[in-house]
Amino acid sequence: MLASVVTVLFNGIAYGMLLFIMSVGLSVTMGMMNFVNLAQVSFSMLGGYVMVAVTQQFGIPFLASLPIAFVVVGIVSLAVERTIFRHFYGTDDLTQVLLTIGLVFMSIAIVTYFWGGTYQRVSVPSWLTGQQEMLGLTLERYRVFLVIVGGALAIALVFGLERTRFGAIVRACVDNGRVARACGLNTDLVFAVTFAVGGGLAGLAGALSANLLGIDPNFPLRYLVYVLIVVSVGGMGTISGTLIAGLVLGIADVAGKYYVPTLGGLVIYAITVVVMLWRPRGLMGRGT
Amino acid sequence: MSLTNPQAPAAAGKRYFSSVARWGYGEIIFWAALLAIFFVPDANLPLFGQIVIWGLFAMSLDLLLGYRGIPSMGHAAFFGIGAYAAGYLGKFGWTEPISGLVFAMILAGIIGWLTGRLIQRVSGIALLMVTLGLNLILYDIVHRQSELTGGDDGLQGVVIAPVLGLFRFDIFGRTAYLYALAVTFVLFLVARALVKSPFGLALLGARENPRRMIMLGTPIERDVSAVFGIAAAMAGAAGALLTQTTQFVSPATLSFQRSADVLVILIIGGTGRLYGAFVGAFVFLFLRDWLAALSPVYWYFWIGFLLVIVVAFFRKGIVPSLETLARRVRRR
Repeated sequence: MLASVVTVLFNGIAYGMLLFIMSVGLSVTMGMMNFVNLAQVSFSMLGGYVMVAVTQQFGIPFLASLPIAFVVVGIVSLAVERTIFRHFYGTDDLTQVLLTIGLVFMSIAIVTYFWGGTYQRVSVPSWLTGQQEMLGLTLERYRVFLVIVGGALAIALVFGLERTRFGAIVRACVDNGRVARACGLNTDLVFAVTFAVGGGLAGLAGALSANLLGIDPNFPLRYLVYVLIVVSVGGMGTISGTLIAGLVLGIADVAGKYYVPTLGGLVIYAITVVVMLWRPRGLMGRGT
Repeated sequence: MSLTNPQAPAAAGKRYFSSVARWGYGEIIFWAALLAIFFVPDANLPLFGQIVIWGLFAMSLDLLLGYRGIPSMGHAAFFGIGAYAAGYLGKFGWTEPISGLVFAMILAGIIGWLTGRLIQRVSGIALLMVTLGLNLILYDIVHRQSELTGGDDGLQGVVIAPVLGLFRFDIFGRTAYLYALAVTFVLFLVARALVKSPFGLALLGARENPRRMIMLGTPIERDVSAVFGIAAAMAGAAGALLTQTTQFVSPATLSFQRSADVLVILIIGGTGRLYGAFVGAFVFLFLRDWLAALSPVYWYFWIGFLLVIVVAFFRKGIVPSLETLARRVRRR
């Protein structure tokens, strides 16, 4: 009984880590520019496809394909930000939602054109497959790997934002972009870099999730709502909030589907509605 | 008009409201054309019926978004409530269509009014997430309680009696088209009267500057729940129309996809005009029909592309852009 609870908890954390990595870039850029970018999930999908392409066609090992997915998607997201999104800062939420959902539709069709509409076969090294006896529990190796990678990334991000010079600049831009600009910071550049890193992380999340969640052209539509929930419940512009929301959501989803399958996704949506009514700026969001 | 005459402002107000309520030629031509389609031989009446129903649905969203500035990402919830209400009535013996439609509207309206009470204090992303969340909860319930709702297979065995006991729903969709058009026209008249009334003006004021409207003594929060209820009732009517004309309900009636589609329709057509909803529905459904036949796999690319183009270059949508154009031509 206890072992099953711990296993469910662990699987939820692994899933939550994926949601966190997928959403964190969106959270920070939304906090900074108030730009609602639903195409974040398309970046994740692209990351998954990049990983599949380089491992299968060029024979590059799985671990090496992860940084490639990060870099490629980072560059793509930077290009999209510079050519399209830049013109829509300062427009209302709905305009941005519609623009980016249009891009999501287009990305789905483009990916279908190149890779077809079916699920991609994902090959991970043998040391990442199967199960592992750990601390008296039987855990899936791939999920252990996810928790380790996600944990390391979370620590690196929090440390980077709290302790480095660039992190301080990013926080200044999130808190008050106008004042930051007036102090001589190149907010445009800061935003572009942050956006690229956030997009890259989304790509990395897609590459990491391909083995667990599967990758097909409908990936963005399946995870769009989850990413939105993580960002809004956690609070825009906060890394810790996004992490907490991702983990809570991941655990609630896995536990909900395991223990009360009749309720399904209801638990998560109900949590979202209650949190949004109670704290419209999210759990960790700062009120004004 | 002098300030010494206490009747003057009221008279000016009366004159204002009667002048905005006057019917233009364009409006008369619009509705006459919709009626004329019925008499065109070989017209694809089922498709036009869909257009009218989607137009009504998008118009109900326009009351919220265009006139009050409330973006709802979950408007299909009310469409679905109306659709299922009409479906259950038809399935369990209440087959008379008009009373069924009214019942569906009342039910959707009450739930919409309650939703309006719930969301009247939130805005921005939180508002989008709450409306989306409520929509997803409802979908999840209907999707999973398959013993009650038929799940993915939908509600089968819906029986609808002839309209007014005279006109049976035929397979060519002739009765369905006229019935949908008549109901839509009546509800359009209600919506038109509403937005051109002092209440409609108060909504516009609250959209532009809520703080100022509070200073003027307008109960803007009460207005939000009121307009939410009205919009939900009209969305419910659209849903009920779909059920009654197709004699079938599926969970797709309250899916997030439908909420997104209706937003797209309204944005393409243009907000704050009522007519934008119908023009958007026409463009969207025709494009979808045409593109889906052209390339069954990739047509969503073009819907996405259209959305990007509209948002980027015609930020106001088709109808307002045309109005601006017409005004420019007239000035020359």
